[in-house]
Amino acid sequence: MEYKPIRKVVSGNYAAAYAALHARVQVVAAYPITPQTSIIEKIAEFIANGLADIQYIPVESEHSAMAACIGASATGARVFTATSAQGLALMHEMLHWASGARLPIVMVNVNRAMAPPWSVWDDQTDSLAQRDTGWMQFYAENNQEVYDGVLMAYKIAENVNLPAMIIESAFILSHTYDVVEMIPQELVDEFLPPRKPLYSLANFDEPFAVGGLATPNDYYEFRYKIAKAMEEAKKVIKEVGKEFGERFGRDYSEMIEKAYIDDADFVFMGMGSLMGTVKEAVDLLRKEGYKVGYAKVRWFRPFPKEELMEIAESVKGIAVLDRNFSFGQEGILFNEAKGSLYNTSARPIMKDYIVGLGGRDFTVKDVKAIAEDMKKIIESGKLDREIEWYHLKR
Amino acid sequence: MEVPENIKKRLTLPFDEHFYAGHTACQGCGASLGLRYVLKAYGKKTIVAIPACCSTIIAGPWPYSALDANLFHTAFETTGAVISGIEAALKALGYKVKGEDGIMVVGWAGDGGTADIGLQALSGFLERGHDAVYIMYDNEAYMNTGIQRSSSTPYGAWTTNTPGGKKHFLEKRHKKKVIDIVIAHRIPYAATASVAYPEDFIRKLKKAQKIPGPSFIQLFAPCPTGWRSPTDKTIEIARLAVQTAYFPLFEYENGKYKINMPNPKKEPKPIEEFLKLQGRFKYMTKEDIEILQKWVLEEWERLKKLAEVFG
Ligand SMILES: Cc1ncc(C[n+]2csc(CCOP(=O)(O)OP(=O)(O)O)c2C)c(N)n1
Ligand code: SF4
Repeated sequence: MEYKPIRKVVSGNYAAAYAALHARVQVVAAYPITPQTSIIEKIAEFIANGLADIQYIPVESEHSAMAACIGASATGARVFTATSAQGLALMHEMLHWASGARLPIVMVNVNRAMAPPWSVWDDQTDSLAQRDTGWMQFYAENNQEVYDGVLMAYKIAENVNLPAMIIESAFILSHTYDVVEMIPQELVDEFLPPRKPLYSLANFDEPFAVGGLATPNDYYEFRYKIAKAMEEAKKVIKEVGKEFGERFGRDYSEMIEKAYIDDADFVFMGMGSLMGTVKEAVDLLRKEGYKVGYAKVRWFRPFPKEELMEIAESVKGIAVLDRNFSFGQEGILFNEAKGSLYNTSARPIMKDYIVGLGGRDFTVKDVKAIAEDMKKIIESGKLDREIEWYHLKR
Repeated sequence: MEVPENIKKRLTLPFDEHFYAGHTACQGCGASLGLRYVLKAYGKKTIVAIPACCSTIIAGPWPYSALDANLFHTAFETTGAVISGIEAALKALGYKVKGEDGIMVVGWAGDGGTADIGLQALSGFLERGHDAVYIMYDNEAYMNTGIQRSSSTPYGAWTTNTPGGKKHFLEKRHKKKVIDIVIAHRIPYAATASVAYPEDFIRKLKKAQKIPGPSFIQLFAPCPTGWRSPTDKTIEIARLAVQTAYFPLFEYENGKYKINMPNPKKEPKPIEEFLKLQGRFKYMTKEDIEILQKWVLEEWERLKKLAEVFG
């Protein structure tokens, strides 16, 4: 069948819901939280209208949502859930359980700032705080990437037996409508065949136990296997991203999407929707003669260390844009990127710009101002300060 | 294994074993007996979810399992949620769940994992109506972490965080009536059971298997280690808990209460008979025993009334 996309104008949340539908998920367990709620509402609507045959569990909390997904996934079903901020934090314990039991659960997290004070707006600290849970993390720039990301995530997750999180930003994507090219069901089915679980609780041929006590003699090896699966995931991500490009025209074979790197003095590096703004700004800056580029980190876990090292070799500076912060240290992406480059000789000047926390607007004008600052730093070869709280009202 | 006819006639419990010897429970452990009966009733086409509790250890460390059934170890507070997910997935995948020949999904959790940290997930499970059985084995404290009180610990009991001392013991609250909270969900079937009455327990397990929807059984399971009782007195203590009406056996089925006491006509024995075999009650004064006795009889009268009115 020839690929003819179905164009729909949808919010980021609806893009996520459609992707779950097209992935033929079998069990959904979820709990409402702004700005995630419309994802699970839409899925409920699909079921109500007979578009999908899904077991829908309206749980009493996010902790239980993840626990129910874990039970369902261990039984062999393809499962989906979605959450945001406080809900993700409440799931934290169970996120470890999902990766530890090697379950390919896919979840959409809508990036939202953590309370207090209450904020329903965009901020990456919620998902980045789950960095060490053994979940893969994909940061979507736009609604299209939310849709594509969910479909690819199932294929990758079911290949390496690790869970994956697709992350979109609060309101900027979750509630903003845009054209999304959807894939006809038959072609999704070809790309993503039914799940073949690693094990299933419904298989009684040889009774088995999952998740019990492991002594110091064994636990260590369990961790090593997850580490290995994460490493393996890099290869699978690239392959699946390439296949997706070949089938549907949008290539995701690079874990870091980049442009203008080769002759750039410095690049902007960041994740998620703010990189859309950066792209636009960089195009403008180029016209004005600035030698800038951009590097959008698509997958934060596994971390694309090798790709970053390549970028570092060709540029003099990297401006990291962190819509997040790790108190007592620095922006989380900055920290990861710097750490990845320690053992190389290519060490561009790096500066961490803390931007957009709690939904603070981040515009093309801001990118230009940061470009100005970076230009000075590169020219003088002097880093004034490592971390800049960019919007601070002084 | 083929059972000889003459033996079969005399058996009051299913012959087949699906809980292996070699598990790691303490001597005289009531909980391990309970799990054995559950698997006798349901056989190997059973999926058991066990949260953090003594049974995590009893089942054995990786790569071992004492259960001849599939076992999913889960987080302490998630039993209700995880069995909901398992049940939903079985249905999504087209399996028959519950009933005579369906797959049995069983949550097997302690009193701490049920009455305290897991209460919310239990409530969600009950309220949503999943086809699974939740069994709370009640050993009246957190044994796995070294005998701390739970809300199911009785008045007057010593535990490591309600210690007895020169001044007095600290546990001054009466046992939480989890079963009442469960019944408030108006589920089709809820019951209490005791390891001292295995025929009654198995009958209830079979009933829970037949009735669609969520079922709940609160199983009284003495713990010699935590109760400071002789390891050969487990059954005697469990029997006395029933005979003193401290832990009465009853069923709640579609709105109706039914008391299943072994000797229905007999007045309850004095509570001292239950207390005296256990070191955990040694700090109780005469007045304390009176307080507990009064509570036990009040609760017993309450239950009898319920059975009278809603029988
Ligand atoms: C979130 C969380 N908090 C605390 C614990 C520690 N913990 C493990 S088992 C347990 C007590 C279990 O008590 P209960 O449910 O009564 O079962 P028992 O050990 O008595 O069989 C506790 C507190 C844990 N595993 N998880
Ligand atoms: S501590 Fe108690 S409940 Fe735990 S295994 Fe020993 S006897 Fe059984």
